[in-house]
Amino acid sequence: MDIIVNGETWEIEPAITVQELLISLGFESDRVVVELNRQILTSSSFAVIHLDDGDAVEVIQFVGGG
Amino acid sequence: MDELIIAGRSFKSRLMVGTGKFPSNAAMLLAIENSGCEIVTVALRRVDINNPGDSMLQHIDRDRYLLLPNTSGARDAEEAVRLARLARAAGCEPWIKLEVTPDPYYLLPDPIETLKAAIILIKEGFNVLPYMPADPVLARHLEEAGAVTLMPLGAPIGTNRGLRTRDLIAIIIEQANIPVVVDAGLGAPSHAAEAMEMGADAVLVNTALSDTANPAAMGEAFKKGVEAGRLAYLAGLGPQRNKAQASSPLTGFLRGEK
Repeated sequence: MDIIVNGETWEIEPAITVQELLISLGFESDRVVVELNRQILTSSSFAVIHLDDGDAVEVIQFVGGG
Repeated sequence: MDELIIAGRSFKSRLMVGTGKFPSNAAMLLAIENSGCEIVTVALRRVDINNPGDSMLQHIDRDRYLLLPNTSGARDAEEAVRLARLARAAGCEPWIKLEVTPDPYYLLPDPIETLKAAIILIKEGFNVLPYMPADPVLARHLEEAGAVTLMPLGAPIGTNRGLRTRDLIAIIIEQANIPVVVDAGLGAPSHAAEAMEMGADAVLVNTALSDTANPAAMGEAFKKGVEAGRLAYLAGLGPQRNKAQASSPLTGFLRGEK
């Protein structure tokens, strides 16, 4: 099924968790913040929230800045 | 001890450092170490899902440095508030450097959107450190809203042009009851020293260190500049005069006549 990750269409296995998505993308869950359909998720919920068709996910990290 | 106190928390260093645009993580870490700073700023961006890479966060010692996320990239209050909430969700303490810059050419802060976002975030329990134009009237509004510092710009971000707004910054310093941190546009330790001599409580630099041949050395130079400026301010600068004031008596010269 298709979801949107950081503005890009992304194909995933149906109903995987946010945690599983992060692992498949290569991101450590303690180094990113995730928004699902404009709601900020707590990291403790990554493993229990399952993704739906058409969900919009934002994966955000800290970068250098002034 | 002459400590900097922000939101009830004290700091020995009056130099804050940004972490952007360094040639490498190693250069960045050495620069911030040599600067003696205790507060470093970071930004929030989308990860590159096609290229996971390294998280810079893992390199910064959170026991040593207070991480101050900024809302850079925000073009209005809504975007800034969203970024602040994301930073907090990442596990940061609720300190936020509020930055709302709709125009990408000069990156000047939007006064109206900044005040709007500040009011919202203060209500949500954030310690808000607003990056702002050097506008004393806006400074009053932000202070009344509950900001924990004021962060007026010296010159546009990354321009190294120094204290172009010095006359207005002087007014802000005179009228503020919260710490004033001159942020943006400072390019030389002498700029930082001048800000401190004027009575600023701290300064923040990024490009001044990162965009140089030797960020590590420049970090130390800025540390000294800030310390020198602060010492001079506390000691009290002598007055400026029009007429020359000789250092030695104008008598007893070795001349022909007595």
